[in-house]
Amino acid sequence: MLITRKVEFSASHVCRLPELSAEENHKLFGMAANPHGHGHNYVVEVTLEGEPDPVTGMVMDLKELKEVLNRQVVDPYDHRFLNYEVPPFDRVVPTAENVALDIWQRLEPHVSNGRHRLHAVRVYENQDLYVDYFGDGPCSG
Amino acid sequence: MFRVTRRYRFAASHRLNAPSLDVETNRKLYGKCNNPYGHGHNYEVEVIARGPLDGAGRTVDVRVLDELVAREVISPFGHRNLNTEVSSFAALVPTSENLAAEICRRLQEGWPRAFPGEWPKLEKVRIAETPRNIFEIDADEKQQSNC
Repeated sequence: MLITRKVEFSASHVCRLPELSAEENHKLFGMAANPHGHGHNYVVEVTLEGEPDPVTGMVMDLKELKEVLNRQVVDPYDHRFLNYEVPPFDRVVPTAENVALDIWQRLEPHVSNGRHRLHAVRVYENQDLYVDYFGDGPCSG
Repeated sequence: MFRVTRRYRFAASHRLNAPSLDVETNRKLYGKCNNPYGHGHNYEVEVIARGPLDGAGRTVDVRVLDELVAREVISPFGHRNLNTEVSSFAALVPTSENLAAEICRRLQEGWPRAFPGEWPKLEKVRIAETPRNIFEIDADEKQQSNC
């Protein structure tokens, strides 16, 4: 069974590669390369896979999942300039893909165990663009 | 592996009428959708691509995808009468099933020029005729069946 919890955070970022000139970055990333940064209201959907516990009837206690998401994602990301304030984005371009990958890596050790495992991280940069990451395996789900 | 979903919108009119069926049968089959003057929808199209990250940390250059969809879908379909203005539907009923398949075909046709590398690949096209009627086609499946 799959269970999904949604959280939101707002953050700014700039997409640029340090080895490229300002002009080359603009060509590659368009307006997202504006060096002053810009922001999004990000929405993150985290999906776990597991079987309901026979006693509690829950795959994972959603209160507990909410606390993990707040501690590992919302607290470090919310109202931050990702490139300057949230590692690894001091050296990794904070595209929606890389944000999904980083959130996966932050959450995986805290939510994958013998009872349930992280299945997918979906990151909406806006309502018309989102990225799904399923770990190292092939796309599924 | 990542999957990127991008949503687009266009408004168009259509009429569901199968030329091989008689008037009464068409009326019964398609109901209000058979109104001879046609009717319209605000269509929402989701284009789903998959692949690994490139050197810029992206799976898809969304600007390239936007250009492809604008050229192949929004420009020919937006604010058009699908039956009379889009040649694909001259002899094909513009149901959302057929529309999804036609959008998928057009995107597949333009894909190699827009994305000349191995990745990203077009995975699916999903179309919402209204928020309650949603149609999805698997691009790989379509390629195999060659329809």
